[in-house]
Amino acid sequence: MSVSPRKSTRRSTAKPADVSTESLLSQYRMMLLIRRFEEKAGQLYGMGLIGGFCHLYIGQEAVVTGLQSLAQDNDCIVTSYRDHGHMLAAGMDPKGVMAELTGRSGGYSRGKGGSMHMFSREKNFFGGHGIVGAQVPIGTGLAFAQRYRGEDGVTYCYLGDGAVNQGQVYESFNMAALWKLPVVYVIENNKYGMGTSVERSSASVELYKRGQAYGIPGMQIDGMDVVHVQQQAAPMVADVRAGKGPCVLELQTYRYRGHSMSDPAKYRSKEEVSRMRQEHDPIDNAKVLLLKSGAVDEAALKEIDKEIKAIVGEAADFAQASAEPDATELFTDVLLEA
Amino acid sequence: MPISVLLPALSPTMTEGKIARWLVKEGDEVASGTVLAEIETDKATMEVESVDDGTMGKILVEAGGDPIPVNTPIALILAEGEDASALDAAPKAEAPKAEAKPEPEPKPEAKPEPKAEAKPAPRAESVSANVPVGALDSNSPLHITESAFSTDDPVTEPEPAFAKSAPMTVREALRDAMAEEMRRDKDVFLMGEEVAQYNGAYKVSQGLLDEFGAQRVIDTPITEMGFTGLGVGAAMSGLKPIIEFMTFNFSMQAIDHIINSAAKTLYMSGGQLGTPIVFRGPNGAASRVGAQHSQCYASWYAHCPGLKVIAPYSASDAKGLLKAAIRDPNPVIFLENELIYGQSFEVPEDEDYVVPIGKAAIKRRGAHVTLTAFSRMVGVALHAAEELAKEGIEAEVIDLRTIRPLDLPTIVHSVKKTNRLVSIEEGWPYAGIGSEIVSLVCEYAFDWLDAPPLRVTGKDIPLPYAVNLEKMSLPEVADIVAAAKAVVAR
Ligand SMILES: Cc1ncc(C[n+]2csc(CCOP(=O)(O)OP(=O)(O)O)c2C)c(N)n1
Ligand SMILES: [Mg+2]
Repeated sequence: MSVSPRKSTRRSTAKPADVSTESLLSQYRMMLLIRRFEEKAGQLYGMGLIGGFCHLYIGQEAVVTGLQSLAQDNDCIVTSYRDHGHMLAAGMDPKGVMAELTGRSGGYSRGKGGSMHMFSREKNFFGGHGIVGAQVPIGTGLAFAQRYRGEDGVTYCYLGDGAVNQGQVYESFNMAALWKLPVVYVIENNKYGMGTSVERSSASVELYKRGQAYGIPGMQIDGMDVVHVQQQAAPMVADVRAGKGPCVLELQTYRYRGHSMSDPAKYRSKEEVSRMRQEHDPIDNAKVLLLKSGAVDEAALKEIDKEIKAIVGEAADFAQASAEPDATELFTDVLLEA
Repeated sequence: MPISVLLPALSPTMTEGKIARWLVKEGDEVASGTVLAEIETDKATMEVESVDDGTMGKILVEAGGDPIPVNTPIALILAEGEDASALDAAPKAEAPKAEAKPEPEPKPEAKPEPKAEAKPAPRAESVSANVPVGALDSNSPLHITESAFSTDDPVTEPEPAFAKSAPMTVREALRDAMAEEMRRDKDVFLMGEEVAQYNGAYKVSQGLLDEFGAQRVIDTPITEMGFTGLGVGAAMSGLKPIIEFMTFNFSMQAIDHIINSAAKTLYMSGGQLGTPIVFRGPNGAASRVGAQHSQCYASWYAHCPGLKVIAPYSASDAKGLLKAAIRDPNPVIFLENELIYGQSFEVPEDEDYVVPIGKAAIKRRGAHVTLTAFSRMVGVALHAAEELAKEGIEAEVIDLRTIRPLDLPTIVHSVKKTNRLVSIEEGWPYAGIGSEIVSLVCEYAFDWLDAPPLRVTGKDIPLPYAVNLEKMSLPEVADIVAAAKAVVAR
């Protein structure tokens, strides 16, 4: 079986077309929710309420928000350990996510998974994986199951610019192209894998071309602009949904915080970080568009800010009030009853 | 009420820190994300950002001082609409208890209301103090209650008799098991290298492509990590894949997905997400294929909670246990053996013939010594028992059939009768299955033992190629006879 590339592998250059304010407003809210949630998680970490590794998504909000705006109910999502934003964008309850971060019984995994390992059957969110790259064959398998059952869902399989050098990514690309599986590989290129820049880890830094050898079309998209993400990705995702096989999307983005909470991020300059924050912030970008549209004013945005803060505050309260898992939980959920 | 900014823990090990530099001054506007200060931690200098909007009201701890404990209030931020008079109501820069830990228990009076404050959760009681590891921890699934060792022989019950049986090879039995389960459940599919058009590298999947088609019998590229992870993903979404490894040696390419993605996910998801998947293929030494193609993985996989591990000997067990494995909602490792694929055994002809996972079988009764074995070694042990009988030693031969969960009651019951134990496996001795059996028997039947238990194992070397050396490396009848005599003589 051969697969001919249905579209060229390219960078997107199009200017975003007009977008409905309603859609933009809901994406603005989601990005803000993720941002405030992550800031709160950072704070709870600082207070010792969240332990271990905690990887924040601040700066990358437009990627998952823009892409999830294209999702339908039977789509699946799988990602790495930098997963809080994906869970919120998938519609999971901030309370359950935050309570898992604090290791409490009210968490999605009842405190047994932690920040990197959370799942929701109901929302088709399949983790949360701590092994760099492991989510890629798994996501390919989710897409395999969608095709096996003849559903029209697709799987969004998110991976980092560091993960993109794992061999299993290419094993997955090969099978997905060979069997035309409905999987959207989303490379979140935030420029660094821990302290190693893309330039220092990748012989070719044009990550959207990584599927080329398998005939998988790729596209590089500005991941700091939620409108752009949605509009550029839409036709690519539609092709995947239509049964034409996988695609690779490289979303150029940036994480503002360190790799995890304990990373002082000395491998990049302060100027680099502040330039991204000042000039490319996805939330500020959306805000400007919203204000320009005239549909909302500053006061309305303030109101939204307050609402979101309240949601996050409730999540944090819940995550602290929720009891630790009962001691009887220690040995449960190892095996299912046959 | 102004908002307290606390000295944050910026790594899992940080208990105190120094303020190196303030980046805002009193009266400055701050917003979420504004960098407030630089903190020196035990490892690095890091920035602290504001999580709130407002005005910097008061800096409580100046830069450059001594280290202060995590969670000490270091500044007060005035929320919108508040003025400086609100600062009076706020807490002083009072450090929490000196032994402030990453998991703090703040003094109630030091609580800067109402914003984020570490509320310790009600602490759950630990299961019990000083529980020993493994089986003796009464909450562990490995635990066996004393009543399981009652004087009733756990396996005296004969296995249910089936009206008709016919001779069949292990290879055919495995194929029939898969075919029957695929007929029964359309979510079951077979995937692996050469399983479809080639009918299996060892012809185990003979005819399955013809019957079930390419949608359900899937030839993969040579891509173990990829197709194993893909199978796990498919299982997470509810399909029931059978993943064939051409041999288990190649599962090492994929072991991350077997352990990290399949075995641990049910637990990590708090019980939400099971992975009903079977990994099967030939395991252990074949014949003259050298070290890289001749390893036993029983103890590797049996080590891991979240997996079941099966290693059948007879064709009837191969069929009945593979059917049970496919129906099981957990990840199951199913270890076959190439050298016995062609051996024939009587197999019940009933489609409902399923052998329960976790039950050993007593293949031969005897009063003098207990021999435990699995897979091909059961045959070798049975031969050894015949030899021993000629010398008046009656060996009881237990076919473990399932390695995890182990049927410990059957083993212990037998040892309490024979007072002697020899465990047999072709894998390496160090941390092998025999090590575990001996350890468990010592835990549960120490007082009944009349001699130290012995292990007969493959030699502690990569398997050699030369015919003579290979033969010397793997357990043979004579090795078992010698070990049995040694424990009986004591
Ligand atoms: C197989 C494996 N190797 C190494 C690690 C340690 N590790 C965790 S995250 C990470 C960097 C990954 O970077 P990237 O894929 O770019 O994702 P990002 O963190 O930027 O989202 C490394 C090396 C791991 N978790 N798994
Ligand atoms: Mg990265």
